[in-house]
Amino acid sequence: MAEDGILNTVRLGTNPDRADLEPLKIGDVVYLSGVIYTGREGVYMRVVEDGAALPLDLPAVSAVNFHCSPAAAERAAGEYDVSAVTATASFRFSKWLGDWFDVSGAKLIIGKGGMSPEDYKQHFVPNDAVYLTTVGYGTGALLGRGVKRVKEVHWLEELGIAQAMWVLEVEAFGPFLVESDLQGNSLFERENERIAARLPEVYAGTKPAVLKRFGETDDRGDELI
Amino acid sequence: MIDIKTIHSTAITLMEKAAIDIPDDYLQAIRKTTEREKNELPRFVLKVMLDNYDAATEDRRAMCGDTGIPRWYVKMGNEARVQGGPIALEEALRQATADATDSIPLRPNRVHPLWRTDHNNNIGIQSPEIEYAYEPEGEWIDLITVHKGGLFGTDYRMLFPSDGIQGIKRFYLDSLVAFGKRGLSCQPAIIGIGLGGSKDACMVHGKRAACLRTVGDRNPDPKIAELEQELTEAGNSIGMGAMGFVGSSMVIDTHIEVGYCHTGGMQMSVHAFCLSSRRACARIFADGRVEYRTDPRWFTPYMRRETIGWPKTESLTQSG
Ligand code: SF4
Repeated sequence: MAEDGILNTVRLGTNPDRADLEPLKIGDVVYLSGVIYTGREGVYMRVVEDGAALPLDLPAVSAVNFHCSPAAAERAAGEYDVSAVTATASFRFSKWLGDWFDVSGAKLIIGKGGMSPEDYKQHFVPNDAVYLTTVGYGTGALLGRGVKRVKEVHWLEELGIAQAMWVLEVEAFGPFLVESDLQGNSLFERENERIAARLPEVYAGTKPAVLKRFGETDDRGDELI
Repeated sequence: MIDIKTIHSTAITLMEKAAIDIPDDYLQAIRKTTEREKNELPRFVLKVMLDNYDAATEDRRAMCGDTGIPRWYVKMGNEARVQGGPIALEEALRQATADATDSIPLRPNRVHPLWRTDHNNNIGIQSPEIEYAYEPEGEWIDLITVHKGGLFGTDYRMLFPSDGIQGIKRFYLDSLVAFGKRGLSCQPAIIGIGLGGSKDACMVHGKRAACLRTVGDRNPDPKIAELEQELTEAGNSIGMGAMGFVGSSMVIDTHIEVGYCHTGGMQMSVHAFCLSSRRACARIFADGRVEYRTDPRWFTPYMRRETIGWPKTESLTQSG
């Protein structure tokens, strides 16, 4: 396993309390053992918008929400083969997150690419929650190895394989990087700022396209999401 | 006559190889990039990716949980005949895509754009896309599958001759900076650039440039080859690396494909083939032999023919 010695590595359970999360700093490497569940727009809409009851006891079973659709197939009735898992980009789920924290009591959100600084301030910090980003992002096989068993799957009929709520038993599941800590600091924001400082130099000698596009900006520090 | 059952079974094998085994040219390039990357965070990311490729191959599991959008590129020698004809061929590839989606398993990524209907087999209306091409001589069929991922990292822009090379460079940087932040394009990537054609053709040229050429391959036009190298260096000098962290691991290689275009325009498209640069190829001969490889060998002198005729003998040596 790639451990450089320079990045700090932390092992956590899937129902951490505040004291467990306090030492986490942005850029730390995290591995999880316990139970996690997948949940993305399908689950959020069902619970937050349609008011459906949670099909399991959260956060007692797990306080870890993974933004993910597994590569899974049913082998026999109720028996599933989950071979590779990769997170999906989280920024799209912002509008449901506040309500989701209320109903789920989630403490760790795992996803791809992080969320906005406003999301961290509004939703994560007040809920003592930390955002972990997957690495790569194509580490599907490594994460798949960390999945020991499909414990349950909910709403498979209604939402399909990609959107269903998969409850997974995991061991040394990772690696993840701490993208946002309990204070709402963001690793991506920090890196973006450092990179933006050098961009005028990178663009030196180029000129804007002859034909402009709506909404065009020359501030390369801007983000698309 | 090429046996249709061989096409079906070879296609299933190719689907597995593409999903599981990272092509060697890309793997070696990632190793080199890891050595060159000085910054701790992107270095960590690349090392984890190397572990991941190993895990995928050892366990025979898909390298990325997002198994992309399987599609097919098919090329036939002029003398090749397929049992059942082109209709049977199309059906065999669709069947193999569905079979492999279940057996590997792959994520059933293909849904209706409006109704989000999912047949759970990566098959649907106009999916998978299958492109057909030919070579002047030969009694073989090449099957190439590409499982390209990535909702991010692709863009198109109508440029004009007055934008010039600097305009190309700027749009290239724009695409990398925009989609590289937070690593949305899962870089370091093979960047494919389409220049010219028309809007649709330009997108096709750029996508093929990204997906159907191997790392290190250069365009036969020496000036374009130079531009490819210059752009790769420019991309790696942005100051951004894997996952959008400060670093230099942004671009593995840049491939440019051109097509003649309207005299007033210079269309440009940019495509990023991500950390899961999945492609697998096989040549099936009339006598039933199957040869697997990872180099699509798509761009031959015949494929890039410029005038009415084409260099006939070269095409044989390049693609045989
Ligand atoms: S862009 Fe590639 S590596 Fe990234 S999640 Fe998609 S398929 Fe995987």
